[in-house]
Amino acid sequence: MLTIRNIHACVGEKEILRGLNLEVAPGEVHAIMGPNGSGKSTLAHLLAGRESVHVTSGEILYQGKDLLSLNPEERARAGLFLGFQYPIEIPGVGNAYFLKAALNSIRKAKGLPELDAFDFLELVKRKMKLVELDPKFLERPVNQGFSGGEKKRNEIFQMAVLEPTLAILDETDSGLDIDALKVVAGGVNSMRARDRSIIVITHYQRLLDYIVPDHVHVLSGGRIVRSGGKELARSLEESGYEAAHRKVSEGVLG
Amino acid sequence: MKVVSHAIRELTDREYPYGFVTEIESESVPRGLNEDVIRAISRIKGEPEFMLEWRLKAFRHWLTLKEPRWPNVQFATIDYQDIIYYSAPKTNLPGTSGAEATIEEVDPELRAMFGKLGIPLEEQKRLTGVAVDAIVDSASVATTFKKKLGELGIIFCSFSAALREHPELVMKYLGSVVPYTDNFFAALNSAVFSDGSFCFIPKGVRCPMELSTYFRINAADTGQFERTLIVAEEGASVSYLEGCTAPMRDRNQLHAAVVELVALDDASIKYSTVQNWYPGDKEGKGGIYNFVTKRGKCKGARSKISWTQVETGSAITWKYPGVVLEGDDSVGEFYSVALTHNFQQADTGTKMVHLGKRTRSTIISKGISAGHGQNTYRGLVSVQRNATDSRNFSQCDSLLIGNRCGAHTIPYIEVKNRSSQLEHEASTSKISEDQLFYAKQRGIAGEDAISMIVNGFCKDVFRKLPMEFAVEAQKLLEVSLEGSVG
Repeated sequence: MLTIRNIHACVGEKEILRGLNLEVAPGEVHAIMGPNGSGKSTLAHLLAGRESVHVTSGEILYQGKDLLSLNPEERARAGLFLGFQYPIEIPGVGNAYFLKAALNSIRKAKGLPELDAFDFLELVKRKMKLVELDPKFLERPVNQGFSGGEKKRNEIFQMAVLEPTLAILDETDSGLDIDALKVVAGGVNSMRARDRSIIVITHYQRLLDYIVPDHVHVLSGGRIVRSGGKELARSLEESGYEAAHRKVSEGVLG
Repeated sequence: MKVVSHAIRELTDREYPYGFVTEIESESVPRGLNEDVIRAISRIKGEPEFMLEWRLKAFRHWLTLKEPRWPNVQFATIDYQDIIYYSAPKTNLPGTSGAEATIEEVDPELRAMFGKLGIPLEEQKRLTGVAVDAIVDSASVATTFKKKLGELGIIFCSFSAALREHPELVMKYLGSVVPYTDNFFAALNSAVFSDGSFCFIPKGVRCPMELSTYFRINAADTGQFERTLIVAEEGASVSYLEGCTAPMRDRNQLHAAVVELVALDDASIKYSTVQNWYPGDKEGKGGIYNFVTKRGKCKGARSKISWTQVETGSAITWKYPGVVLEGDDSVGEFYSVALTHNFQQADTGTKMVHLGKRTRSTIISKGISAGHGQNTYRGLVSVQRNATDSRNFSQCDSLLIGNRCGAHTIPYIEVKNRSSQLEHEASTSKISEDQLFYAKQRGIAGEDAISMIVNGFCKDVFRKLPMEFAVEAQKLLEVSLEGSVG
């Protein structure tokens, strides 16, 4: 599904990712954890094609194709979805209108017929239930006047409608109370499928109690410094990132 | 969205799609302006004596005026002696001007031109229920649905025809809202105006269809100086549409029109404009100077005048459609979208003058700047001493696309009594990289995202446009924003 080989990338003059490797197979859920400033969001933006992230070396293959040669909308149409840490407000543009445009441009790229207003409405009403969003949301401008929790639920709702092949969820848990966290996690879990991979980026282990990953990686200093199963997350919670990093460094040195 | 992206692709390579020139024989007066030229225009049009007198008075007054330089726009000096003040398509019929031609008599070339613009003149083809007065250069070429309207007592014809057939009405209302002394361009227009539309809705009649004037500048080096006069008598109502295009030419052309609206007791007039004059090329060469005076007078109690404008064309736009709220409880509205792209400049807004008691006005202005465009909102809200318990609400929003354009808001407010209430809201926003990235990440292409955001920004104004016009306006914005994603 996704292969990242020795990626080095800068934001401005500063090198953030320094030789990152990652392999994600179809159907897998990977959690990427790490302290602030370790490069988690940079990795998410890099995968989605944000211009401000410059790759200096390395390669990324997505479904066997060179991901870096695609522009952001081409990546989206190829099934790559980024759940934003800070979802963007677009005043004056209705949620439903925005999402319908998005869905139809993706369907068109896949050679599927565009959905008309009725079919679309039926689809979104079904998907809204997954994250317990009120249908009134559809008429409101994209993310404008939404609470932090509503914005995050809206991201998962969009993901449910767009049905991506690879979803990257960037700190979807930040700013959520425990009830909202359960709802969001429930939405994500319902999306797990054999042909869909999910990368969950988070600072805290808490989310992983609800979205149980197949693999956990620790990102530090722009590299994956440790990988393991779901139990790694819990040990991190107990010993902290410092310890995890030190252990690895020692191992490398020794 | 399907329509949107299709429209954009379709028009990508075409730039200004209305830039063609039609080969029509036209008759013109000599270049330049003096009393002889004015007499010649009046003679060609076979006008009554009072009209000529009025023109000459306006001309003599104009000579004492200086071109205004206070608008926030830059342009080279206009040589008023280098303009052809009258040019009209020649008709094949001896002794008639274009205005008198019926549909069948209109030059086939001309008819084809309007077909190309998407405005068929053949009445039988018009299913949309819009009566059209089509004006090319200086003369009106055809007015459709004249007979049907006539049965209701509605007069809808070219200004020239009105002067011949209803001189008493013209004499009564001409200059009653915009006197020739009003400003430099209004004085010039009063001296040389060639044609335009006249519309009269008698007492108690609701006009059953949209009335529309379509303006087209065709000949080179001509100015277009049309005049529109709309009168709605007691309890009458009308909705009026105005559309404009011009060929692409390297030299700037002057368009100095005057529009006067008069609403008597309980009458209402809704005036909508989609202005798409040639804006000049990407380097700012050529384009129309659109210096227009538009004003309505709510003369009667409880009357209402509403202006809606979508300004996408012209190199320079300089206009302030206003309402004088004379009658008690009268209502004035102004809804505007002004877009400047490349090197376009716009200084536009409105004037709401409250004279009567409990008068109300609403101003919603949306300015969009892209490329090197400069967009200024300039508005006056004046509440006079006797206009007690009056209200105004103003909202002026600016949207910036890119970082080389500019938005300016200059509201003037004067209130001379203590019982009136005014509210003014203003905002400036920018289409951010974040918004574009967010849309792209969801699979929406950059230009589609921009037009989506711009349409959202303009929604309050588009809602006020008649349905078909709203669709046209939306498409126009998309085309005008071509290449604004850098």
